[in-house]
Amino acid sequence: MSTTTTKDHPHLAADFNRDEPRVNWHDETLWWVRAKRDIAAHKLPEWELLRETASQIKFNVLSNLSTYLEQFEANATKNGIIVHWAADAAEHNQIVHSLLEQRGITKMVKSKSMLTEECHLNDYLKDHGIDVIDSDLGERIVQLANEPPSHIVLPCIHKKKEEIGDIFHEHLGSAKGESDPKILTETARQHLREVFLTRRAALTGVNFAVAETGEFVICTNEGNADMGAHLAEIHIASMGIEKLIPERKHLGVFLRLLTRSATGQPITTYSSHFSKPRDGSEIHIIIVDNGRSIQLGREEFRNSLKCIRCGACMNTCPVYRKSGGHSYHTAVAGPIGSILAPNLDMKKYADLPFASTLCGSCSNVCPVKIDIHDQLYKWRQVIVKEGYSPKAKTMAMKAMALTLASPALYRMGGKTGRLVFKYAPFAVNNKLNPWYNQREMPKAPDESFGEWYAKRKGAKNS
Amino acid sequence: MRVALFVPCYVDQFYPNAAIATLELLEKLGCEVHYPKNQTCCGQPMANSGYEHLTGGCNNLFVDNFSGYDYIVCPSGSCTLHIKEHLHADGKEEQATEIRKRVYELTEFLVDILRVKQLSASFPYRVGLHQSCHGLRGLRIAQMSELVAEPFSKPAQLLDMVNGLELVPLSRQDDCCGFGGTFCVVEEAVSAKMGKDRVADHVSHGAQYITSADLSCLMHLEGILRRQNSDVKVIHVAEILNHSMQ
Repeated sequence: MSTTTTKDHPHLAADFNRDEPRVNWHDETLWWVRAKRDIAAHKLPEWELLRETASQIKFNVLSNLSTYLEQFEANATKNGIIVHWAADAAEHNQIVHSLLEQRGITKMVKSKSMLTEECHLNDYLKDHGIDVIDSDLGERIVQLANEPPSHIVLPCIHKKKEEIGDIFHEHLGSAKGESDPKILTETARQHLREVFLTRRAALTGVNFAVAETGEFVICTNEGNADMGAHLAEIHIASMGIEKLIPERKHLGVFLRLLTRSATGQPITTYSSHFSKPRDGSEIHIIIVDNGRSIQLGREEFRNSLKCIRCGACMNTCPVYRKSGGHSYHTAVAGPIGSILAPNLDMKKYADLPFASTLCGSCSNVCPVKIDIHDQLYKWRQVIVKEGYSPKAKTMAMKAMALTLASPALYRMGGKTGRLVFKYAPFAVNNKLNPWYNQREMPKAPDESFGEWYAKRKGAKNS
Repeated sequence: MRVALFVPCYVDQFYPNAAIATLELLEKLGCEVHYPKNQTCCGQPMANSGYEHLTGGCNNLFVDNFSGYDYIVCPSGSCTLHIKEHLHADGKEEQATEIRKRVYELTEFLVDILRVKQLSASFPYRVGLHQSCHGLRGLRIAQMSELVAEPFSKPAQLLDMVNGLELVPLSRQDDCCGFGGTFCVVEEAVSAKMGKDRVADHVSHGAQYITSADLSCLMHLEGILRRQNSDVKVIHVAEILNHSMQ
């Protein structure tokens, strides 16, 4: 289910915008989630203090990451959990496969894990003859539709209930034309119950790993992580190296922030602690780097690793709301995805830091106060310097910089057709002017302010 | 009080009336306003496109033009923010630092420095206030909806002093208009859709004018309004505050 598209964000977003009523529906659905978040946040007078505290705790974690990782490994091992380390996606996938292969397991149930999306685990296991069923309802829907999730918290937010009805009719045998969410959910529940009862292996993500205790916490609304893990003989938990928090008491900060930011709920329905395996079963944790230590070394982008994957930046982002998650062509979409993805592949994701107006809403809803829009600006500088910017754009920018650095050239440019049109932002690399497609051009006045001022009596030219 | 008027390049070229209103308003309020004539642009169009390294010429010119004033006032939150955050100049860093401290967007200058309590302006229309993102979340000229904090709005505070003006409520008080500099052409589809949705919010609430402390947003919204043959007009906040002022 990897994204195989070669189109960039502007093209994919333009495709999405061909159906305007659908864009309106998508935009309003996500804005409704943002509004719920606002209501939940405003019920806590200490909200901003919580955000600051969470941000500082994560700063401490990132500053002492190796210490906390070793502490976590030691405590988890003491608890009887087996800890694995994976340098990258390939190693992570191999570890999962070998754990299954050693036990002769060919079927696995998996609850939501954006890390496994990042690693394209499902594709890998499918190629190795392992059948994976996603147990999060939204993930199951996109899995049946053979699509990647479009949102990290709401994986099938781009699908209308009628479309889900069609998918369930085709794959799960629900009645044709059935779109009642209650009936569809019950259909999925019956289907997944069978899966839970028969799978010997369960893979989950990790929301928080506590260094002090060696335990980890998984937050779900459906209880699907618990159902999978409690019934399987082997529970594999995949986590990025940044998922740590120092002490259990810090959960009080993060659990209060996470779901209020994500969906406006006070807390997830299930916040399940896993500290040691049940008798006769095993827990394995795979701690994955996959580029995170490189990002940690990029001082300007380090804070992106504070992310707790709440998705609030996506819900608030006007570009995300009006372009859809798939237009980002990466596992983690939206503003946070746009500052994480270039670290993994700068060339492939060179378009993403530009898929933003730098409006700053993301940075201000973020529960761990990541300076997302400032990082988007900084990634733009890096991408241009590394040579991943179109040549025509570079030429236009050079001409523009030269003109704007010279008062004489600027005045001449203004007179000969109002400079701003000549180079940017309207005329970058164009035959057809993209501004004019849906907007009128500003009317050029007879004289500029500078020309008016020069004629003004008693003008204080300096 | 010696005030230098910083007129952004696109305001100079396309919206001279907003700059004229800013100048007249500041003079009426007792400022000695100078217009450094060799000014061009703050450099933001290059910087936001990833070419901050090409802004050295603009930065030097800016420092040469705007050093030595008590304040620098600009009728654009976005350009003001760019100067505040990014103005640096080799060999002139001390002057650049002074400028970064002394540069103000017009409405924050009127409220925080001149402490304007009343205006004799009159503008008997229903007006929608568009909050520019850079003014709002960058300069904090108003409270943003994301934060759990006391609401305030410097532009609205000033508009409330204008006779006959009625501010219309909006469904989304601070959603972005989608201009975003080169974003408006690179991401044409999303940009235009964002602009259309902002316009629809103002129009459905009965606005006759859309105003803002930033003309780049207004230029975008005007492009959409005119394409729709709408009667609704855009007007910079300075033009309202200076309107019929004795």
